[in-house]
Amino acid sequence: MANRITLEVTRYDPAHDEKLRLDSYEVPLRKEWVVLDALNYIKDHLDGSLSFRWSCRMGVCGSCGMTVNGVPKLTCATFLSDYAPGPVRVEPMSNFPVLRDLVVDTSDFLVKLAKSKPWIIRKVEKPLDEEYFQTPEQMDAYKQFSMCINCMLCYAACPVYGLDPLFSGPAAIALAQRYNLDSRDQGASDRLDILSHHEGIWGCTFVGECTQVCPKNVDPAAAIQQYKLTATMEWLKALVLPRGASSR
Amino acid sequence: MLFSAGGVVSAMLMPIHVLLFGLAFPLGWLDTPSYEHLLALVRHPLTRVYLFILCSLPLFHWAHRFRFTLYDGLQIKHLNELINTFCYGGATLGTAVAAYLLWRIP
Amino acid sequence: MINPTEYLPRSYHTRVSTYWWLARWAYLKFILREASSVFVAWIVVVTLLQTRALRRGPADYAELQNWLRSPFLLALNAVSLFFVIFHAVTWFNLTPKAMVIRLGGKRLSSLAIAAPNYVAWVVISAAIAWILLRG
Repeated sequence: MANRITLEVTRYDPAHDEKLRLDSYEVPLRKEWVVLDALNYIKDHLDGSLSFRWSCRMGVCGSCGMTVNGVPKLTCATFLSDYAPGPVRVEPMSNFPVLRDLVVDTSDFLVKLAKSKPWIIRKVEKPLDEEYFQTPEQMDAYKQFSMCINCMLCYAACPVYGLDPLFSGPAAIALAQRYNLDSRDQGASDRLDILSHHEGIWGCTFVGECTQVCPKNVDPAAAIQQYKLTATMEWLKALVLPRGASSR
Repeated sequence: MLFSAGGVVSAMLMPIHVLLFGLAFPLGWLDTPSYEHLLALVRHPLTRVYLFILCSLPLFHWAHRFRFTLYDGLQIKHLNELINTFCYGGATLGTAVAAYLLWRIP
Repeated sequence: MINPTEYLPRSYHTRVSTYWWLARWAYLKFILREASSVFVAWIVVVTLLQTRALRRGPADYAELQNWLRSPFLLALNAVSLFFVIFHAVTWFNLTPKAMVIRLGGKRLSSLAIAAPNYVAWVVISAAIAWILLRG
C-alpha cells in the first residue's frame, strides 16, 4: 500500500467565490486513519482555512456527515485505506445549502424535526412521584427508530428531498414514528395531522436510499412505510366510524 | 390506497397473463385456447369482474407512479396540471372503456 | 439561507441535475422500478384490445392474435414480462417493511412476510393458467 493519498476537497468562500471548486491535497495514508483524520491533517499542516464540522470522532454525535466519492458518509467512520490508491473526493452533504467549504446549512432539518414534535406528548400527565413503566417488548417497538443521531445523511441520500425542499424528510418522520410507537406517548394523532399530507409521509416514494446510508441502522424507510399504513388505517376508520373511534 | 391495491393486483395477476398471452400462445409454446372457450369464460360474470379489476386498479397504480416519476424524476413540475390530467384522466378513461367493453359482451 | 449575516452573506445552492437518477445505481434501479408501471399500463391496453376482439367475433380475434405474433409485439411483450416480474418481485420484497407483525413477542422476519406473497403468486398464476388451458 502506498503511503500517500490525494484528497480532492470542496472549497467555497461565500465572500469571494461565485461557485464551489475542488482543491487537491496529498496526505499520508495510514491504515487506521479515517477521512476525518485526513481532513484534520490538511487543516493542521497544509491549509488552515479549511472548514468542516466534527466532534466525537466515534460515530455518535452526527456532526461529520459529508459526501465521500459521491456517497453520504460520516467521515469519522469511513476508512481512508478503503479508497486507496485514491483520489478521494470529499464534498459537503448533498441537498443542503453550502455555507463554507464542507459546512452546510442544516436549519431546514431542525425546523422540520421540531414540527414532528419529537418528545413524549401526554394528554393526561401522571403525578410527579409516579413512574411510566415500560416492558422490554414495549421498548423494542420503537428502539430502532430511537437510534437516530440526526446526522442528516438520509437527507443527503434522499432524491425526493433534493427535488422538493418542502419534503419533511426521512429522519423527521422516523423520529415522529419513534414517539408514536412509544407506549408512554399519547400524541400520535397530533403528529398524524401534521405529517399526513403531500409534503409529509406521502411525499416519500420509497426509494430506500435513506436506509442504505444510515450509519445507525435506523431504517427510516421502514418507519415511513409503517406510518403510511397507520395513516391509511386511521383514514379508513374515520370513514367507517366517523364519530371519534380513534384509538390514540 | 388505489395505488397499493393496483400494485398488488398487477404483481399477482399480470405476470402469468403476459407470459401466456404475450409469449406462450403467440410463440406456440402452449396450445392457444379456442375462441369459443375464451368467449365462454369472458361471458361469465365472475370473469367480467376479474377483468374489470385487472384493467382498472393497475391503471391507477400506473397513474400515481408515473405522475411522481415525471414530477420528481424529470422535474417538470410546471406541467403539473397537464401531468395530472394525463395520468389520472388516462386511468379513469381506461376504467370506463373496460367497464363498457365488459358490460357489453354478447 | 435562514439568517444571512455580515460574515456569512450567502450560501451556495447546488441545482439538482435532470439526470440525478443516473448518478447512482440505486437511483437508476428506483426509476426502473417506477418505470415498470408503464408496462403494467401497456398490458391493460393489450387486455382491453383482447376483450374488444372477443366481442367482435372470431375473425377479429384471430387478427389480433396475428398482430401479437409480429416481432415488434413479441419483443415489446417480452420486455413487458421482464418489467412486470420486476415489479412483482420488488413489491413483495418491500411489503415486509411496511408491515410489523408480532407473534408471541417476537417480530416476524421479512422472509416470513414476503414468502406467503410469493406462494400466493405461484398458486394464483397456476390457477389462472389452468382455467385458460383446460378448454
